[in-house]
Amino acid sequence: MRLAFLARRLAMLVASLLVASFVIFGALYLAPGNPIAALSGGRSLPPSSLKILEARYHLNQPFLAQYWYWLSNALHGNLGISITLRENVTTLIASRIWTTAGLVLYASVIILVLGIGMGLLSGLRPGLLDTSVLVSSAVSAAIPSFVAAIVLVALFAVKLRWFPALGNGTDLLSNMRHFTLPAFALALSSLAIVARVTRSAIREEADREHVQTAVSRGIPRRQLVRKHILRNAAIPITTISGITIASLIAVAAVVETAFSLNGLGAYLVTSAQDKDLAVVQGISLVLVTAFVVINVAVDLAYAVLDPRVTLGSRAT
Amino acid sequence: MSTAVPLVTVQAPRGGGRAVGLLRGTGLAGIASAVVIGVATIVAVIGPLVAPYSATLPNLALAFVGPTGGHVLGFDFQGRDVLSRLLAGATSSMLGPLAVVLGALLAGTVLAVIAAWRRGVADAVISSGLDILFAFPGILLAVLAAAVFGAGLPAAAISLAIAYMPYVARVLRGAALKERSQPYVAALEVQGASSTTICLRHIVPNIMPLIVAQATILFGYAMVDLAAISFLGLGVQPPAANWGVMISENQVGIPQGYPLPALAPGGCIVAVVIAFNVLGERLFEQAQARR
Repeated sequence: MRLAFLARRLAMLVASLLVASFVIFGALYLAPGNPIAALSGGRSLPPSSLKILEARYHLNQPFLAQYWYWLSNALHGNLGISITLRENVTTLIASRIWTTAGLVLYASVIILVLGIGMGLLSGLRPGLLDTSVLVSSAVSAAIPSFVAAIVLVALFAVKLRWFPALGNGTDLLSNMRHFTLPAFALALSSLAIVARVTRSAIREEADREHVQTAVSRGIPRRQLVRKHILRNAAIPITTISGITIASLIAVAAVVETAFSLNGLGAYLVTSAQDKDLAVVQGISLVLVTAFVVINVAVDLAYAVLDPRVTLGSRAT
Repeated sequence: MSTAVPLVTVQAPRGGGRAVGLLRGTGLAGIASAVVIGVATIVAVIGPLVAPYSATLPNLALAFVGPTGGHVLGFDFQGRDVLSRLLAGATSSMLGPLAVVLGALLAGTVLAVIAAWRRGVADAVISSGLDILFAFPGILLAVLAAAVFGAGLPAAAISLAIAYMPYVARVLRGAALKERSQPYVAALEVQGASSTTICLRHIVPNIMPLIVAQATILFGYAMVDLAAISFLGLGVQPPAANWGVMISENQVGIPQGYPLPALAPGGCIVAVVIAFNVLGERLFEQAQARR
């Protein structure tokens, strides 16, 4: 991989994170009223508490200095204090981050295994199977996570009683059981998109001249698929998988709320409803960072798979 | 008007055309999708007027009563007619995504055309600015906006428009760049046509099929994301009717064995989104094939 490419991507990563953190911090000043009102969420606080808030956010200093203090605190793991729970935001995040990470990971595995698997099957075996994958993926791609959630609960939790409907589990095994329906709700539409892209990538590669040549040379089908079709099709498949998995981080908030899971996203939503700005800022920062880092990782994987990318010819 | 006689008369290729022209060639699935979208649009306009019962007046005695004569979809968790709430809720469920799409397209097209027209530094600045904007997933930006400005449809719609804009601009910039290098653009420049005229009268109409395809695809995404935000309680506020709100408030009926009031709005969302996805995909293929 070219060093210049790596350097450019990392510079973009830092720039993205700086801008994102600036927006997240600047939200304080966009709010109607003064920053104190935004930080207290419209609650009337005693003067001593206001003094503490003022000192904590260095509100008597210029805007950029405030941002700098806030950012360097955040980088040191200090994200402020929740106004509703009066607890450290970092502690509150740490206790919930594994629920979200586990959910996203579980959904990612489902997407990769089932999405790519179905795409491969339907791409390599034209016919009835292909048509049914095509139609079912067109429908599932349009099913929002929260609609999938209520359908799955109605079917598998209420009617068949296979899985619990709500809440986290207590140990690893019960966690898996509790997370199965949420993970499928989260994965469903992405799974369909990945399957469709995989299918068309396989089809496109199979029609290429070099594959036709390989066929005429009598290369065994197994080898043909693995070395000639999959190698090239892997490029778009990696990209779409990476993009959809990164997008799960935001959608997880919806699924966690639908299933009452005690994760970061659900907590972000209740904090937004309660106008607990320190928590909203902290969680936004964590989620945006994860989103940007995954996106850059996908770009780098893409460059490894397709060396042409690093030569600087940007796709339009 | 310049009096100089043009050396060459240039006939710029005309893109766009009427909606009927765009629909032709999208196939049966495309036309079926257009019909679904048409019906949803009509319901969004007249739905609140034709709703047979009040969409907001609760009658707790009828909570979660199943379908009966005159109430084909039964009653919701507060005993309101589900069909009436679906009809009344169509307006905000369709109008929200429309606002998002218009906002994202307008800003995205302007940026894309400016980047393609000026090239060089302007293009570099706009392109890297867009790359940085990709850092914010739409839902996350909307939640942040709700925390700052309070829950509501306008804040959510504006946030989503901002988050979608880079996707629009990236695709359109590529198309506009291609158009910019066509000989007819150079010919128009030689004839002294102003850059605004060339951009607005020639380049934009020529990338119009792509703009329409983008709008169609984005509408589906916007509908899902806006409904999700209302589902989270940060968009349209109850008791106002909205498909996302209806799913959220009738969720309690599912463990009790009354899934219909939550499933019905879910079905509406899925049907409309499938229609927009299928039609958008067809229009996109068509627009790509044209160039």
